[in-house]
Amino acid sequence: MYQYNEDDQTLIEERVAQFRRQTERFLKGEISDDQFRALRLMNGVYIQTHSPMLRIAGPYGLLSSKQFRKLAHIAREYDKGYCHFTTRQNIQFNWPQLERIPDILEELASVQMHAIQTSGNCLRNTTSDHLAGVCTDELEDPRPYCEIIRQWTTLHPEFAYLPRKFKIAVSGAKLDRAATQFHDIGLHLVKNDAGEIGFQVLVGGGLGRTPIIGQVIRPYLEKKHLLSYLEAILRIYNLYGRRDNKYKARIKILVKETGLEKFTQLVEKEWQLIKDKLELSAERIEAIKTQFTPPAYDSNAAEDTSFAQHQQENQAFATWVKHNTLHHKVPGYRITFLSLKAPDSPPGDMTDTQLDAVADLADQYSFGLIRSTHRQNLVFADVRQVELFSLWQKLDALKLATPNIGTVTDIICCPGLDFCSLANAGSIGIAKEINEALDDMDYIHDIGDVKINMSGCMNGCAHQSVGHIGILGVDKKGVEWYQLTLGGSSENEAAIGERLGPAVAKDQVAKVVTTILDVYVKQRLDDESFLDMVKRVGITPFKEEVYADN
Amino acid sequence: MQIIKDKQIIDDSWSYISDDAELKAGDISVSPARWNKDKQQLLHHDGKVGVRLEPSDSVDDIAEDLKEIELIELNFPAFADGRAFSHAWLLRNRYQYTGEIRATGHYMPDQVFYLSRVGINAFNLEKTEDLPVALSTLSDFTVSYQKSTN
Repeated sequence: MYQYNEDDQTLIEERVAQFRRQTERFLKGEISDDQFRALRLMNGVYIQTHSPMLRIAGPYGLLSSKQFRKLAHIAREYDKGYCHFTTRQNIQFNWPQLERIPDILEELASVQMHAIQTSGNCLRNTTSDHLAGVCTDELEDPRPYCEIIRQWTTLHPEFAYLPRKFKIAVSGAKLDRAATQFHDIGLHLVKNDAGEIGFQVLVGGGLGRTPIIGQVIRPYLEKKHLLSYLEAILRIYNLYGRRDNKYKARIKILVKETGLEKFTQLVEKEWQLIKDKLELSAERIEAIKTQFTPPAYDSNAAEDTSFAQHQQENQAFATWVKHNTLHHKVPGYRITFLSLKAPDSPPGDMTDTQLDAVADLADQYSFGLIRSTHRQNLVFADVRQVELFSLWQKLDALKLATPNIGTVTDIICCPGLDFCSLANAGSIGIAKEINEALDDMDYIHDIGDVKINMSGCMNGCAHQSVGHIGILGVDKKGVEWYQLTLGGSSENEAAIGERLGPAVAKDQVAKVVTTILDVYVKQRLDDESFLDMVKRVGITPFKEEVYADN
Repeated sequence: MQIIKDKQIIDDSWSYISDDAELKAGDISVSPARWNKDKQQLLHHDGKVGVRLEPSDSVDDIAEDLKEIELIELNFPAFADGRAFSHAWLLRNRYQYTGEIRATGHYMPDQVFYLSRVGINAFNLEKTEDLPVALSTLSDFTVSYQKSTN
C-alpha cells in the first residue's frame, strides 16, 4: 500500500494544526456557526442528533493492521467502543467530543490517516474496487490512479468550494464493483484499438434525490491526461454548476440541463487549453505503481489438500467458503470476506475488540492489509487456502463469519434516525427485523444474490435506488413510512429501481420483504436470479402480492 | 481602511463606485458593465481604474481590456460561492494578468490560503480585526500536491 513520504506527512500534520486553531477560534466565538460548519465538514466533522460525528477517509478502501489498531484505540478512548464502515469505504465515529477531535486527527496522522474532505462541497475520498489487484477479471490495478487522484484532490485550492460534493470512483475490472456509473466522475481502465490502456471517462452519475446513470464523456483518455481532464471537468462544473438550489447543484443536473453534447464541448475546449501543461509523466505513474506491487505469494500454496478435505468434513466451513470467499488470481489463495452483517449487530459496525482482533488476523493471514467494501464488509485479499479453516474458526468466534455475503441479509444500511440529523426514519431497526424474519440460512442461500439497500432519507447514503430491493424511509406527518423499489443495480447493467407502490408502515417492512422473496421463489425459472426475474416479469406480480389485502 | 497586499497589512486607497453613482477622482473600481459603457471616460480617469467581478460575471468579457485594468476585485456575495477561485486561476494562467487581484466581500480569513494559491494577492476582509489571522493563514501549509498559480 501507499506509504507517505515526508511531504505527505507534513501536509496532514499541518492540516491537523490548522483545524486545531480553527476549532479553538470557534469555541472562543471567533468563527460563526455557519462558517465553522464549512470548515469542520471539510475535516469530516458533522453535527449529528446526539453528538458530532467524525468521518475518516479510507483511501480507496485500503487500510493496514496498524491503522486498524489506531481505530480500535480511538473507539475506546474517544468514542463508545465502536465505529461504522460506510458505503464509500470510509469509517465513522458517532460519539466524539468536538473539543477532542483535533486530538483524534493527530492520532490518525501518526498512522498516515486523515479525515480531509470526507464531507462538504468539495472533492471527496476516491473510491475503488475492493478486489483491486487480486480479482481474476482485471485489466489493470486501479489503485495507483486512485492514489494519484487522492493527492491531486487533497487541498486542491481551486475546487474547495464547489456547488456541491463531488465523488470520483475508479475501476479496472470487467465487473464494475465500484458503482462508477453512479459517481460524479467514473473512470474505467479500458484498452483502445492499439492495445494501450487508458480511461473511459463517465460523468454526471449520482444517487440521492435524483438518481442518474453516468454518461460517457470520453471513450478513451490517455493516462498522461488523467489530471488535466479531471481539472477541465471540475473547472467547468465550478464555473457553471447551479448554486441557487442545493438539490440541483450536483454535476448530474448541470450535465442534464446543458445536454451531454454541449457539456462535452465545454470540457474538451477547456481541456485543450491545459492538457499539455499538466501531463502525468510515465515515471510518476511507475513510481506510484511500485507502492502497489503484489505481496510475496507462496508459489506452493496450491499444493495444499487440507482445504478440500475440511470442506468435505465440515458443512458449516464449506458453506462459509462458498459464500464468503472468492477465487484469487494466484492459485492456492482465496479472497476472504469478513461479514459485518451479523444478525444481531447494526450493519457495518465494529467494536474495538473486533478491530484489534482483525488487525492481528490480518497480520497473521493476509500481509497485514484490510480492505473495506462498498457493501460495508471487510476483505482479507490474500489468504492461503491452507489457512482458511483456522481463519474461519477465529472469525466465527468474533462474529465476523456469518456466511451471508451477497445474500439478502447482507444489507447496506445508513445510520438512519438513530444517529443522523438528516434522517426521516430508522433503518438499523428494520435491518434487524428483516434478519429476524429471515433466520433460516438455507432459505437465504437458496434465494441467492439479492441486494437490499436501505436509507433513512432521500439523501440515499445507502444507495437504495440501486438496491435489487431498495427501501427508503420517509416521514409522513411525524410517522415513519417506507417506500420500496425493485430492480435497481449499481453494477455493469446499471439500473434505477422501480417503485413498487404506496409506502408501507414501519411494522410491515420485514413482512413485505419476505413476501417479495416468496414471489421470487415461486415464480423464478430454474437458476434465474432475483434481478433477472424482476427484469423479466416487471414489478406487477410482486405488487399484486404485497398489496393483496388493499 | 486596511487590507493585506503581497503578505503585508497596508492602508488602502481604492473605492468601488456602484453603477448608479457618479465617478469620482482617485483609485476606483467599477462593474464590467460600467467599464464597457464608460470605457473612454475611464481610460482618462484621474486615478487608477479597476473592475469588480461578481461570481456570475465572466472573465472572458474583460479579457481584451486587461492591460488597461490595474485592479481586479473578485467579490464574494457569500463565502461558499467558489467561482472566484476559478476566475482568479483563469486571470493568472489563461490571460497572464499581472496586476493586483483582490478578494472582497463575504469570505472567511480561513479561505485566504487557497485564494492566494489560485493567484489572489490582496485581501479586503469584512472585518479588519481578522487581518492578522488571515495573514497568519498564508503560512498554514508548507507543501502542496497540485500546481496552481502559486
